[in-house]
Amino acid sequence: MHRRLASMRKSLLDQGFLDEQFIQLEELQDDSNPNFVEEIAASYYRDSARQMLNIDQALDKVPLDFTKLDNLMHQFKGSSSSIGAKKVKNESTQFQEYCRAGNAEGCRRTYRQLKKEYATLKKKLEAYFQLARQAGPLETASRPK
Amino acid sequence: MDSYSNGFSSPRAEAFPAGLRVLVVDDDPTWLKILEKMLKKCSYEVTTCCLAREALDLLRERKDGFDIVISDVNMPDMDGFKLLEHVGLEMDLPVIMMSVDGETSRVMKGVQHGACDYLLKPIRMKELKNIWQHVFRKKIHEVRDIEGLEAGIEEFQMMRNGISDQSDDGFSFCGGDLNSGRKRKDFDNKHDDKNFGDPSAGKRTRVVWTVDLHQKFVKAVNYMGFDKVGPKKILELMNVPWLTRENVASHLQKYRLYLSRLQKDNDLKASHGGIKQSTDATSRDQAGNIGFKNSINIKQNDAANTKFRIPGNIVIQNSNPKGHETVVSSPDLGPKGALVSDAHEIQKATSSSGVGLHYSFGTPELNAKYATLSSVLPPQFSWNQEHKPQIEQNNVFNHLSLPDLHDQIQINQETFFPNYPTPFNKERDKLTHIKVMPPHGTKCSSQNIRQQMPGENAFRLDPVQSECSTTTFNPSEPISRSAWSSKDQVIDQILVNDLDSLNGNLILGKSSALTSLNENFLACLLQEDCSPNFFELQNREFSDCNNPGLLSEPSIYLYDSLKFDYEYPCDPIEYPVMDQGLFIA
Repeated sequence: MHRRLASMRKSLLDQGFLDEQFIQLEELQDDSNPNFVEEIAASYYRDSARQMLNIDQALDKVPLDFTKLDNLMHQFKGSSSSIGAKKVKNESTQFQEYCRAGNAEGCRRTYRQLKKEYATLKKKLEAYFQLARQAGPLETASRPK
Repeated sequence: MDSYSNGFSSPRAEAFPAGLRVLVVDDDPTWLKILEKMLKKCSYEVTTCCLAREALDLLRERKDGFDIVISDVNMPDMDGFKLLEHVGLEMDLPVIMMSVDGETSRVMKGVQHGACDYLLKPIRMKELKNIWQHVFRKKIHEVRDIEGLEAGIEEFQMMRNGISDQSDDGFSFCGGDLNSGRKRKDFDNKHDDKNFGDPSAGKRTRVVWTVDLHQKFVKAVNYMGFDKVGPKKILELMNVPWLTRENVASHLQKYRLYLSRLQKDNDLKASHGGIKQSTDATSRDQAGNIGFKNSINIKQNDAANTKFRIPGNIVIQNSNPKGHETVVSSPDLGPKGALVSDAHEIQKATSSSGVGLHYSFGTPELNAKYATLSSVLPPQFSWNQEHKPQIEQNNVFNHLSLPDLHDQIQINQETFFPNYPTPFNKERDKLTHIKVMPPHGTKCSSQNIRQQMPGENAFRLDPVQSECSTTTFNPSEPISRSAWSSKDQVIDQILVNDLDSLNGNLILGKSSALTSLNENFLACLLQEDCSPNFFELQNREFSDCNNPGLLSEPSIYLYDSLKFDYEYPCDPIEYPVMDQGLFIA
């Protein structure tokens, strides 16, 4: 089971869903915070959901306020960086670039893509954490600092 | 691994850098959690905060309670760069900026604003592990800044030993002791360029105008006469080897601006009379009563939240429970010379120590001078004042934290008013960073003086220790004389100069200052329950007092529990000033 977990983690990394930050979070996990990573992920999903709502709303406005969108996305990107959501982050960056270029269509397109990546990652992480809980604390034990 | 030891203001017991007291500010709760965890793993003592305002409050409340601040750049309530500036000015702590955006221009901006580092999110553990070097570096430079002598080297050795030997007295970072004004040797003798302060402050290293330094500066300026002196001469008089003419020149410029602003504000305020005071808290009746002239009808005791605008400097003194007056001088506020402070801030500050405003206008000489004085009360206490827009830069001056009265006053005094009887013309200009830190952490009671709303000059009085025993000083002749010689006399000076002889008479002799000053402010500052009305009245009264008489001998006792008892304390006297509602304790 631990092996399964390890390989799942590896594949997430290899496929670019997650980056080094995720590993770091796992390293932070210890006895005093045995579910640290999962907690962080939960916190991220909470915050990001709210942020996306704001972006949705902003995208509905006509004309688009690119500055505002840029700022909102900046926040979202910051959040995404907290768990190492790599693909999501990349889409965010792309979105911001479109904002600066004033490209509405580009923004919307990117945003759709971003949402897809976001959903995908969420599912994968859910599976991951489920497995992690089953595997027990050993798996996510922090490596010696 | 958790190294949360004692309280915040307590010095670290562990060997540096363990126990480094870090304040993290980020609006992203996820990051806040992560950073907290990471920092704890570094054995640092972490405090998190999601609002910049809160962070500033915390910092002001616990002076010397933190060693370093880490802040995100983008925050909803305040721009991270702004926070950075404030922290640099008021607390002079190293600040590290963070952002997910690593664009060069942003990074540069951070550095320009004084950040000692700029980290990109996601942040690595190893980056956090090394933040202590910024604290260390700053300390070393502070040592240098202060015209050091051998002490500098000693300190340095101590520090090094502290680190290596793990002796817990190796570091006195926490208290900013290094800044205590000891003569320190500039152990790098060739270091006479403008390379002080935080080296990473950007292209131009900022000179930290410490209390001592500013005092020297003021001394020099006053010696020569404010209007006539030039940076070169000041530099000569100051005799600080590492300081350059440019440093002095820019400081002088600020100082002049500050003074002129004060003047302007005083004039403005004179007819303004709008003191809003926000009172908040419970007023503690310390020994203060506000004596007001009859004309002042301050009867209202209900505290409302209003803002005080005190033009000019108010001297507020914390009185001890024994009912001694403490003088608190409010630094000159903003361009309009308005001191805006939240009443409740004041209250808070004062409440803890029973601050009372005592002003005694004792010296007859003062009278005459008052008329022309621009009310500037030297901030006796340091409180953090947030200068608003008007005086962006000068906020520094107003950061005085109400220190333990006794010590504080001393400090202030030194800061602002060098004890020379020379007439100072514009001592008001306290644009320098006055970092007067209470010798010991002021007891921050739960009431902190909060920062004033943005846009106003707020004084933040930190709770004053109740044992502040500094009481009023008599504005004895020497002070007054010198002080009032010129229009710009800052009352502060007077007040300050005489700290020693405080006996409860604070001369608030700012004539014009008073008028414009909204004494209320002072009162409010001290009082917790400044009732807005009171102040308003005050203002009205004041508006036409250009009182020469303002500063007459009166000892107007202003107590912080501004319940506005308006009893005229000691000598009802002729407080011409009283009319203006000068609250004088």
